[in-house]
Amino acid sequence: MMDRLGLGDAWSRLPAPVRRGVLPAVVFALLIFYPSYYSDITSAIGSNSTEAQLIPTVPTMVIMTVYVIMALGLNVVVGYAGLLDLGYVAFYAVGAYVAGWFATQQFSPHDVHLLSVGVPSTVQGIHVNVWFLLIVACIFAAMFGIVIGLPTLRLRGDYLAIVTLGFGEIVPQAVNNGDNWFGHNITNGPNGLTPIDALGFGSLHNQISFFPAAYYNVTNAVSYYYWTGLALVVFTLFCCVRIRDSRLGRAWIAIREDEIAAAAMGVPLMRTKTWAYAIGAFFGGGAGCFYAIYKSSTFPGDFSLNISITVLCMVILGGMGNVWGVCMGGAVLSYLNYQGLEAVGNNFNNVAGTSFNVPQYTYGIFGLIIVVMMLLRPEGLIPGRRRRAELELGVEGGSLYDASA
Amino acid sequence: MTTRAQAARRPMLAALPRFSQQVNRVLTWLILALFVVWVVGNFLHSPEQFVSVLLLGITLGAIYALVALGYTLVYGIIELINFANGDVFMLGTMVTITVSSGWLGLNGSQAWYETVPFVLLALVAAMAVCAALNVSIERIAYRPLRNAPKLAPLITAIGMSFLLQNIGAAIWGFNERPLTPNGSSILPANTLFKVGGVPYQAKSLIVVLTTIPVLLLLRYLVQSTKSGKAMRAVAQDMDASRMMGIDVDRTIAFTFALGGALAGAAGTLFVMFQTSTRFDLGFQLGLFAFTAAVLGGIGNLTGAALGALLIGLIQAFNEGFSWHTPGSDWTQSITFAILILVLVFRPQGLLGEAVTDRA
Repeated sequence: MMDRLGLGDAWSRLPAPVRRGVLPAVVFALLIFYPSYYSDITSAIGSNSTEAQLIPTVPTMVIMTVYVIMALGLNVVVGYAGLLDLGYVAFYAVGAYVAGWFATQQFSPHDVHLLSVGVPSTVQGIHVNVWFLLIVACIFAAMFGIVIGLPTLRLRGDYLAIVTLGFGEIVPQAVNNGDNWFGHNITNGPNGLTPIDALGFGSLHNQISFFPAAYYNVTNAVSYYYWTGLALVVFTLFCCVRIRDSRLGRAWIAIREDEIAAAAMGVPLMRTKTWAYAIGAFFGGGAGCFYAIYKSSTFPGDFSLNISITVLCMVILGGMGNVWGVCMGGAVLSYLNYQGLEAVGNNFNNVAGTSFNVPQYTYGIFGLIIVVMMLLRPEGLIPGRRRRAELELGVEGGSLYDASA
Repeated sequence: MTTRAQAARRPMLAALPRFSQQVNRVLTWLILALFVVWVVGNFLHSPEQFVSVLLLGITLGAIYALVALGYTLVYGIIELINFANGDVFMLGTMVTITVSSGWLGLNGSQAWYETVPFVLLALVAAMAVCAALNVSIERIAYRPLRNAPKLAPLITAIGMSFLLQNIGAAIWGFNERPLTPNGSSILPANTLFKVGGVPYQAKSLIVVLTTIPVLLLLRYLVQSTKSGKAMRAVAQDMDASRMMGIDVDRTIAFTFALGGALAGAAGTLFVMFQTSTRFDLGFQLGLFAFTAAVLGGIGNLTGAALGALLIGLIQAFNEGFSWHTPGSDWTQSITFAILILVLVFRPQGLLGEAVTDRA
């Protein structure tokens, strides 16, 4: 491809890892500086024009990072291991509520401050360091994933899907009713948990002034959340790529391609599948925790089935099993969900003189995307090479994802 | 032969107990016993409340049965959870509203000889529209994927479901939709009798009385007609029945038509009973109905009807009882908990036969 640009020789002399790393590095550099040139782009278009609404704002970019993390996590379950999970939002909720429990005034008669940053000691409640909470949320969600997965992963693929869907519906309702679990107020019910402590670096601020002591102290807090989200995305991407190429990742792909052959070759089915579930849940929990901290609140209404389906749609659109495709799918669809569809609708209405309320039909559009993709391009927009081969050549036994034991 | 190395490598995860048959049986009986104690306790607590809740549960169960049969028929023949079935049902409620109160102008003030044929007309219209819709969904979205990996049509079905919801919303609006503009009931809502102060309305009885012949007709269709025989043959072995000269595509389309017609009938009865509907009510009700189908043993017609009755009763019990009852906040969770428990412990359901897993 590069030969046509006349750079062929110099390019091909570079070592392969460098060549593969160039594009991600450029994209990543562009993304890091996004908050600084965002206003330049919009003012170049005309700050108040409807066209400028099409440019994702920095808050939208934060949400995009959250969804990309979730899509990458679900990709581990659906894309790598071939297990359909329709209740992924449950892990997201678990992560968000871990943040809600350990960084708010919810349990306020109890007063625990554990390395918390930017929280005055006069504020009651449990306040654990939020960075630590991110890790706790991930691990807690992973454990929750194992608990859900153990009884259910023996089920056939379609049964597994419906069971996860059931869990995805039970968890938000349990949270919603959680203001009275046997007389205890655990989750504060529909009123949600708020305010959640902000991220911050505490005394590190004194050494390196770039790191704010607490994000709410700085004027461009959103940019800091965006950079944090970006760092989490990079971490997730790194994990996903490394795990994919590990023994475990190859075992997932073996199970996905032919479960019986994999079992015959000595791949332990239950353990491998449970790990897929746990690791998928791990990132889902992290995304939920980060999102809750960013919004400084968490409500049961945030965890509807629609989110599970949106994330599934991201994975399908991008290309199941391919991290770059999934990143792109996650970014594009979350952008459309939070800003793009409205902006596109406004532009369309402006030009055509109509008054469609496009965002109302978001989930219908996502449904259409799912159907069209499955019919016309099941491997996704940017398919993994291996996945495409599977879809073109077929898989032994004819069932690619079926998790029948 | 487990060597030491293998034993050492065996992780905690794999060491979890696979529940043995005995444990399964004991757990099943324990859950059933608790359920019976709870029901009997509530009966003793307040017999009148019990009867009124029971009657409500039967009505609810009748509507679930029609939707559940749509799931079970389709699952029985192509092993696909047709998520869109619930939304086809929702469109059935919408079509009923348009035909009965929109076009025919029914609002409950007409005489019975005017109401009955018009309501029947709305019923037939909803059944026809839903059958046609279900067949076209199969043709467009599922048939091309029949030889694709198993989860491909399942994912498509979910997408289809969301698409149908939004189509319904685009045509009939995002708001709650009353049956008639002034919110009145079309079917007679007069009280037949009162149990414990709760009136039993004539329309509840009509719902149940309409469901029974539909179920019998379906049973006749599947058990005693040539098309029904073809359906059962295709469900058993698609390739063999093709070799026997059965038109498999047509048989599957026929099954979808039946499922759609049942969902349409359920839609009419539901909206006549509840007197309002919403664009997003189909998915949830569809999942309840699917739970019913699983509970009864998926693929089994009698099982679906029985499961639907049970789910209807459990939901009504949960919302109506007052002795040790979680209440309506938990209805959804309880229903899905039943779904999960049945799938984990007794995937063949109450009446289904143990199916060997397909390789």
